[in-house]
Amino acid sequence: MNVLFSLLAVGVLIALGYLGGQVAGLRFVFGVVIPYAAILVFIAGLVYKVIYWAKSPVPFRIPTTCGQETTLPWIKSSTLDNPHTTLGVLGRMALEVLFFRSLFRNTRMEIKEGPRVVYGENVYLWAAGLAFHWSFLIIFIRHFRFFTEPVPGFILAMQYVDGFMQIGVPVLYLTDLFLVAGLTFLFIRRLWSPQLRYISQAADYFPLLLILGVALTGIWMRHFTKTDIVGVKELAMGIVTFSPMVPESVGSVFFMHLILVCSLFAYFPFSKLMHMAGVFLSPTRNLANDNRMVRHVNPWNPEVEVHTYAQWEEEFKDKLEAAEIPLDKD
Amino acid sequence: MHDAKYIVPGLVAFLVLITLPLWYNAAMGRSAVGPTLQYPEGESQCVLPKDEMKGEHMQILDDWRDEAVRDGERYYVHPDGTTREKSLTNTCLGCHGDRAQFCIKCHDYAGVKPYCWDCHIEPERD
Ligand code: HEC
Ligand code: HEC
Ligand code: HEC
Ligand code: HEM
Repeated sequence: MNVLFSLLAVGVLIALGYLGGQVAGLRFVFGVVIPYAAILVFIAGLVYKVIYWAKSPVPFRIPTTCGQETTLPWIKSSTLDNPHTTLGVLGRMALEVLFFRSLFRNTRMEIKEGPRVVYGENVYLWAAGLAFHWSFLIIFIRHFRFFTEPVPGFILAMQYVDGFMQIGVPVLYLTDLFLVAGLTFLFIRRLWSPQLRYISQAADYFPLLLILGVALTGIWMRHFTKTDIVGVKELAMGIVTFSPMVPESVGSVFFMHLILVCSLFAYFPFSKLMHMAGVFLSPTRNLANDNRMVRHVNPWNPEVEVHTYAQWEEEFKDKLEAAEIPLDKD
Repeated sequence: MHDAKYIVPGLVAFLVLITLPLWYNAAMGRSAVGPTLQYPEGESQCVLPKDEMKGEHMQILDDWRDEAVRDGERYYVHPDGTTREKSLTNTCLGCHGDRAQFCIKCHDYAGVKPYCWDCHIEPERD
C-alpha cells in the first residue's frame, strides 16, 4: 500500500512534468516559477528546521560510547569512538559524515540451529548507502556545469574521471551506475524482508522512488531521448542570473526531470532527508565524552539552597565536641 | 538558540555553498544566452534537421564510427541527394570548417570535452 502510494505519487509528478513540457502556456511555470519556488522552500525550510532544532537545549553530554573511555594513562583509550577532545569529536564526525562509520557496525541477527542466536556482519546496507550518497553528491556537483559560465575546471575534471571508461557517446558516467544500483538495493531491501516492509512508511519509499525517478529521467535524457543541452543551460543560467527564459527546443523529458528535482527540493525540509543537516546536530555524536573531566552544570538548574556538612558541623560544633565526635575541621 | 557559535557559521557556510553559482556568475559577468555559431556558407542542410542535430549529433557520429570502421559501410546519402563519406574529419568538418567557431564553442558552453580530438584532426585549408 505504502509502496503503491509512493509509486503513484512519483507517476503523477512525471505526468505533470510531461504536461508542463507539452502545453505552451505551462512551460514558463514549470521551467521557471516552480524551480524558484522549490529553491526558496528548500532554503527557508532548511534554515527554519535547523534553527528550530537549535532551540532544544542539550544540557548533558550524551555521546554514544563505542570504545574505551579515557581514564588512566596506561589504559589505551579509543580516541575516535569515545572522544574526549574537540579534535577527537571532529575526527569522529568526519568519519560519520563522510564514511557512515556507525552504519558500518550494522549487524544482522539470525537464529541458527540449536536454536542459537548469531550476530553477523552486514555491510550491504552500508556499502549501498555509501555508493548512493557519494554518487549523488558527485552528480549534484557535476550538474553545476549548467549553472556556471565558464564551467570551472574542477567540474570538467570530475566529468573526465567519472567518464573514464569511455563507454558510448555521450560517455556513460560510472556514478550513474552506482547511483541506480545503490537506490535499487535500498528499495528492494525494504520490500524483501517482511519485518522491514512492516515498518516502512510511504515516507520511506517516496524519497527512494523520487530520487530513482530523477536519476532515470536524467539517464534517459542523456542516452536515449536527447534534448537540447544548450537550451537547458540557457534555462538554468537564466535562473541563476535572474534573467529567466525557456528556450523552445528544450524537450519534455527535461521537464519530467526538473519537476521531480523540484519536488525533491521542496519536500526535503519536511522529510527524513533532513538527516543531511541532522547528522551535524546529533548530540550522541558531536559531543566529547568528558563527563568525568569537566563539570557540566545544567544551564536551567534553579538556585538550590544547600546546607553543606561544613556548615552543619559549625552549627552543632558544641554538641559534637561534647559527645567527643571528631571534627572534620581539625 | 543554543550553540549558536557553531550552528550559525554552519548555516552560513551551507547558504554560501548552495548559492555559489549566483556569486560566480555575477563575478564572471556572462549573460545566460548561449553561443552564436558560425554556419557553413553555401550549405543549407545538415545531416538531420537542425533541431534534431542539436541532440543527436553525437549519436550519429557514434553510429557512423561503428558502421565505417566495423562494417565498412563508409557512405551515406545526404538530404540534398548527394552521397558522402561517413567521416568526422572529411564530412562534418568539411562543412563546419572552423572547429573552434562551431563544435568547440558550443561544447565549451555546455561543458563537454569530447575525446575525439585526441586523434581526429581538422582538415587542412588553403
Ligand atoms: C549546438 C551546440 C553544439 C554544437 C554546434 C556541437 N555540439 Fe557536440 N555536443 C553538444 C552537447 C550539448 C553535447 C553533450 C550532450 C550531453 O551531455 O548529453 C555534445 C556532445 C558531443 C559529443 C559526445 C561527447 C561526450 O563524450 O559526451 C561528441 C562526439 C560531439 N558532441 C561532437 C561534435 C562535433 C564533431 C561537432 C562539430 C561538428 C559538434 N559536436 C558540435 C553540443 C554541440
Ligand atoms: C553539407 C554540410 C554539412 C555537413 C556535412 C554537416 N553539417 Fe552540421 N550543419 C550544417 C548546416 C548548414 C547547419 C545549420 C542548419 C540550419 O540552420 O538549419 C548545421 C547545423 C548543425 C548543428 C546544429 C547547430 C545549432 O545551431 O544547434 C550541429 C550540432 C551540427 N550541424 C553538427 C554536425 C555534425 C556532428 C556533422 C557530422 C556528422 C555535421 N554537422 C555535418 C551543415 C552541415
Ligand atoms: C584513439 C584515437 C581515436 C579516438 C580518441 C577517436 N577516434 Fe575515431 N577513428 C580513429 C581511427 C584510427 C579511425 C579509423 C579511420 C579509418 O578507418 O578511416 C576512426 C574512425 C572514425 C570514424 C569513421 C571514419 C572517419 O574518417 O571519420 C568516425 C565517424 C569516428 N572515428 C568518430 C569518432 C568520434 C565521434 C570520436 C570521439 C567520441 C572518436 N572517433 C575518437 C581513431 C580515434
Ligand atoms: C538533485 C538534483 C539532481 C539529480 C540527482 C540529477 C540526476 C541526474 C542524473 C543521474 C543524470 C544522468 C547524467 C549525469 O549523471 O550527468 C542527469 C542528467 C541531466 N540532468 Fe539532472 N539531476 C538533478 C538536477 C538537475 C537540474 C536542477 C537540472 C536543470 C538544469 C538537471 C538537468 C539535467 C540534464 C539536462 C541532464 C542530461 C545531461 C546530459 O545529457 O549530459 N538536473 N541528472
